[in-house]
Amino acid sequence: MKYVDEYRKKDLIISVSEKLKAVSKKEIVLMEVCGGHTMAIQRFGLHSLLPKTVRLISGPGCPVCVSSQHFIDMAMAYSKIPGVIITTYGDLIRVPGSTTSLEKERANGSDVRIVYSVLESLEIAKNNPEKKVVFLGIGFETTAPLTAAAILQAKKENIENFFVLSAHKVMPPVMKALVAEGVKIDGFIAPGHVTAITGTAIYNELAEVCGLGVVVSGFEPVDMMQAILMLTEQIESGTPKVEIQYQRVVHTEGNKIAQQMLEDVFELRDDRWRGLGVIPKSGLGIREELSSFDAEKQFNVEVPDSTEPKGCICGQILRGLKTPVDCGLFGKKCTPTDPVGACMVSGEGTCATYYKYRV
Amino acid sequence: MNNQEAKIMLGHGSGGKLMHSLIEDIFIKHFSNSILKEQTDSAILQVGSSEIAFTTDSFVIDPLFFPGGNIGKLAVCGTVNDLAVSGAEPLYLSVSFIIEEGFPISELEIIVESLAAEAKKAGVLIVTGDTKVVNKGKCDKLFINTAGIGRITKKDSLVSKGLDIRAGDVIIVNGTIGDHGMAVMNARESFNFKTNVESDCASLNHMIREVLDKSSAKFMRDPTRGGVATVLNELVGKTKLGIEIEESSLPINPGVKAMCELLGFDPLHIANEGKVLIVAGEKEGPDILEILKKNELGKKSTIIGRVVSDHPGKVVLKNETGGRRIIDSLSGDQLPRIC
Repeated sequence: MKYVDEYRKKDLIISVSEKLKAVSKKEIVLMEVCGGHTMAIQRFGLHSLLPKTVRLISGPGCPVCVSSQHFIDMAMAYSKIPGVIITTYGDLIRVPGSTTSLEKERANGSDVRIVYSVLESLEIAKNNPEKKVVFLGIGFETTAPLTAAAILQAKKENIENFFVLSAHKVMPPVMKALVAEGVKIDGFIAPGHVTAITGTAIYNELAEVCGLGVVVSGFEPVDMMQAILMLTEQIESGTPKVEIQYQRVVHTEGNKIAQQMLEDVFELRDDRWRGLGVIPKSGLGIREELSSFDAEKQFNVEVPDSTEPKGCICGQILRGLKTPVDCGLFGKKCTPTDPVGACMVSGEGTCATYYKYRV
Repeated sequence: MNNQEAKIMLGHGSGGKLMHSLIEDIFIKHFSNSILKEQTDSAILQVGSSEIAFTTDSFVIDPLFFPGGNIGKLAVCGTVNDLAVSGAEPLYLSVSFIIEEGFPISELEIIVESLAAEAKKAGVLIVTGDTKVVNKGKCDKLFINTAGIGRITKKDSLVSKGLDIRAGDVIIVNGTIGDHGMAVMNARESFNFKTNVESDCASLNHMIREVLDKSSAKFMRDPTRGGVATVLNELVGKTKLGIEIEESSLPINPGVKAMCELLGFDPLHIANEGKVLIVAGEKEGPDILEILKKNELGKKSTIIGRVVSDHPGKVVLKNETGGRRIIDSLSGDQLPRIC
């Protein structure tokens, strides 16, 4: 398959691996922020191709995993309002809230529908004018512009029964928060698709102020190995900077149209991250002038404060401080069929990935 | 599971782990008998001095028409294949229709025509049936149930049990995997992928008969819901051996591969309706491949992996770069990637 097979070529992967082994001298820790990267590393067995000096840790880049329990509980409360249709991307329906999950609520009679694009939610709203359609907006700068586009479209078409519960988040604050917290990281493998939207300027502070290497990577094994090599070379030569490995998709300035849509629809707000707490200016709330589409403003639900499940160390895993095997629940009480923590639910969650790929 | 509160979720019907626990905890618990306990695709029954195979299957597919077939054709293939992989020669089918009020008779007739045509192709007679019509909204357009019986010999009946599986045995599939599930998905969801993915929906009984008559297979199963991964996991669960699959040897249509890449699906979890997985001794493997390849439905047959004594109870996929991953049964519904 074009654009895939050429980036999975064994010879090429091995040659980058050999070069990396020759270059790497210092012991370094690199964090892959994106869940898609975590999955690629495990899926293609990249750990076995790295020199002992290079250690990879997984970061907080799986949108399902970082969505707070409070958000899930809110979604659940909306799903119980008569006449409400919840639309959501698939992974979210199995995430356990404080007491139940959307999947279980659906079995109890709530109207919860899986969509593959937010624009499908808009169609559902148009086709069910007597109902209220609430889309659960999760994801980073990659998926947020789609939600923005849907809200703008709804405004244009005067669709009054479409609402968004936004848990959209942005990447840079959490990356900085991890560094500020003292998590030992020498460089970031930065998320390719987020950067395709934002451009690379969002990482400048990490390189210039924090002195960390940042390489924006694609998701195939050749991409990832190259990105790791580029980071290692930066660190070995003491020249941390922002570089793009994923040049076939990412440009320095990003996607201006998508950026403008984000700007038009959302504003930054302090936001809760599962296991990490509240991070200032890390979430995307819907602007006041578009509040008629904001589920939080239009529906009045009371959701009690939630607590993390007992024994679950998702928070430390999302910080890269611990790996799933350090968790007493992992593979025992917490499995993909019956997940306790969010990192086990999404296919891109660190725990689910470990469960599947660590033979 | 607290049965007082628990409710049926869609995942309970997906062919994966949830469904298996439902079968164990509810159905087997109350129906338990020595024949059912075998949990093979068909029940093998002693009638007088001979044995017959008996099976049933219900079809609730949405949409009713999809590239490569429709619910009628599928209703025959599904039951015929369940009998065939049990080692039986399918003979007679029953067909029951549950129809929603308002369903166009012209569409029903097209479906019935396909049903008749596929039955003829498979060499089975439809000998009894039932019709129920329910109020509008009480079922989704049309559901079909078929049941079938077939003739079986003692020797062939062993093929559904897989009693003699050993390390070193090869695992064969008769062509590309994941076509049915992806064709239906593409027809159902509004992706508008411009691919030529078609369902592989086909009756395999004639091809399987040739394999059974001319060679000896140790185990057969049709990888329908839950896909190849689910069958292989059942097998390692039963044998206490491991299975190793080579990623590069998996036959996958480019269109299916592309859809799976985009949506985050694993082709090993996607349903097939015209495929059979065969486990055979290392020596018999090549003979079986040859027999399969001569058949129109087996041209792309290939060995996808082996039974191993390592990692008992686990199915492991090896890729070219040295990556190894566990191929688990599907847990709940197949969920799409979101970022």
